[in-house]
Amino acid sequence: MLTKLTRWSRLKSPWILHLNTGACNACDIEVVAALTPRFDVERFGILLKATPRHADVIICTGPATRQMKDRLIRIYEQTPEPKFVIAVGACAMSGCVYRGAYNVIGGIDQVIPVDVYIPGCPVRPDAVIDGVVKLLNKL
Amino acid sequence: MRFQIPIGPQHPALKEPIGLRITVEGEIIRDADIRLGYNHRGIEKLAEQKTWIQNIYLTERICGICSHSHTTCYVQGVEKLMELQPPKRGLYIRTLVAELERVHSHLLWLGVAGHEAGFDSFFMYTWRDREIVMDILERISGNRVHYGINTIGGVRRDLDELQVKYILDSLEILRKRSEYYKNLGTTEPSFVARLAGVGYLSKEDAIALCAVGPTLRASGVPMDVRKDDPYAVYDEVPFEVCTADTCDVLGRAVVRIKELFQSYNIIEYLLKNLPAGEIAVKAPRRAKPNEVVSRYEAPRGENIHYIKSNGTDKPERLKVRAPTLANYAATIKMLKNGFIADVPLIFAAIDPCICCAERAVAIVDARTGQEKVVPMNILKQISQKISANKERKREAEWPL
Repeated sequence: MLTKLTRWSRLKSPWILHLNTGACNACDIEVVAALTPRFDVERFGILLKATPRHADVIICTGPATRQMKDRLIRIYEQTPEPKFVIAVGACAMSGCVYRGAYNVIGGIDQVIPVDVYIPGCPVRPDAVIDGVVKLLNKL
Repeated sequence: MRFQIPIGPQHPALKEPIGLRITVEGEIIRDADIRLGYNHRGIEKLAEQKTWIQNIYLTERICGICSHSHTTCYVQGVEKLMELQPPKRGLYIRTLVAELERVHSHLLWLGVAGHEAGFDSFFMYTWRDREIVMDILERISGNRVHYGINTIGGVRRDLDELQVKYILDSLEILRKRSEYYKNLGTTEPSFVARLAGVGYLSKEDAIALCAVGPTLRASGVPMDVRKDDPYAVYDEVPFEVCTADTCDVLGRAVVRIKELFQSYNIIEYLLKNLPAGEIAVKAPRRAKPNEVVSRYEAPRGENIHYIKSNGTDKPERLKVRAPTLANYAATIKMLKNGFIADVPLIFAAIDPCICCAERAVAIVDARTGQEKVVPMNILKQISQKISANKERKREAEWPL
């Protein structure tokens, strides 16, 4: 009964943390656009949270830079279980145009485990919604 | 009693990774320090390995909000190096996209300012109307954020009659909505009370600290690259440089709202006077050895690219000075003697684009956590010492 209730509440209100690990801002504004009236993900119970301690889902944009690597791991550890990571954009998947640059490690999955990848440079807000829904279906 | 408060790199008040170290006495900020490098990707080095054309797409990805600013700045420089004159129609379309980008950027900023001031419905309103601009940009270029419309010698996509009509129709809605924001932003008492007097930057300080863009213009200095050193077709287009003399965050909001209306006028002028003809000329693959400095008025201020060519199909050096970097010194000044609660608002008021500004080299010793800034020549010595005994390879690969 309790597990059923937890599962239901998790499905109905995934709280997200938006984390920029070195992105060019393009994916970031598209993620924020997904939260604003035109696309409005709040109708699915998705709410943007400011601290990793409140979040269920970490939305990562951008390639992992060397400077951000330790912080990324720390933020991942601060997030309570169960936690999910969505890599948004081509950079977060593989490094995109920055692949090969001296300060870029590569995709987010080089540092922390990733559950869902959303391709695009930058992703469209519709794609972000689709990705989040796919993650919810996995639960 | 003084305390140091670290803010960032991941913090509710900041949208992008940046470290702020703020020294406070009670509620009053006495000193502030900005730590960069979380977003540093090494674009300048990467640019040296890519051809002139490939670099357009790389410079576009310096920043997602002012993506057209960086490409235009770069492309203008390369056109000067290659001695190309893009056709009039191409320049008109380039300027049109630039102004649309300014509109989308300023609407975005208004929303963020509203959000930081605790006025979230304003944030939702402006972001809803921003979608109209995004739709226009999508119609023109096929993309919402990275337009990819610039190419060396002109633009890649032409406009047709339907698109022109669509933009003019959408412009009417935007004008009406902006009129509403103008009234709201300047007369709504609680909003004005929150913004007025916050982040004071006097005219003398703004000039001395080399502030740029709306931050400078809000301190009463009428400086705009579009007027002072016209590029593209700005010498033909009638517009005014908007200023405010309140020197605070309210002034910066007013300047941006005024600029919105100027941009609508420019867009309308460009569409009504769009000349016929080609949109691009063919560009050579190589550029003669030379160097050039290109200036561009991005939504956040003056953007400078320095490009050096060496006769090959790749640049020898590309240096980017983004407007946010120029505004950091002024931000420290604005933060001092302010309240700690004003930090997000003051910081948002320069419209920081951290990904634009990440050009610093700082070294962090991961084992001890010590941080030091190293001059380039010492860095070179270290690298020579390490690589002295290594096998020489022609094409080094970075470990991923």
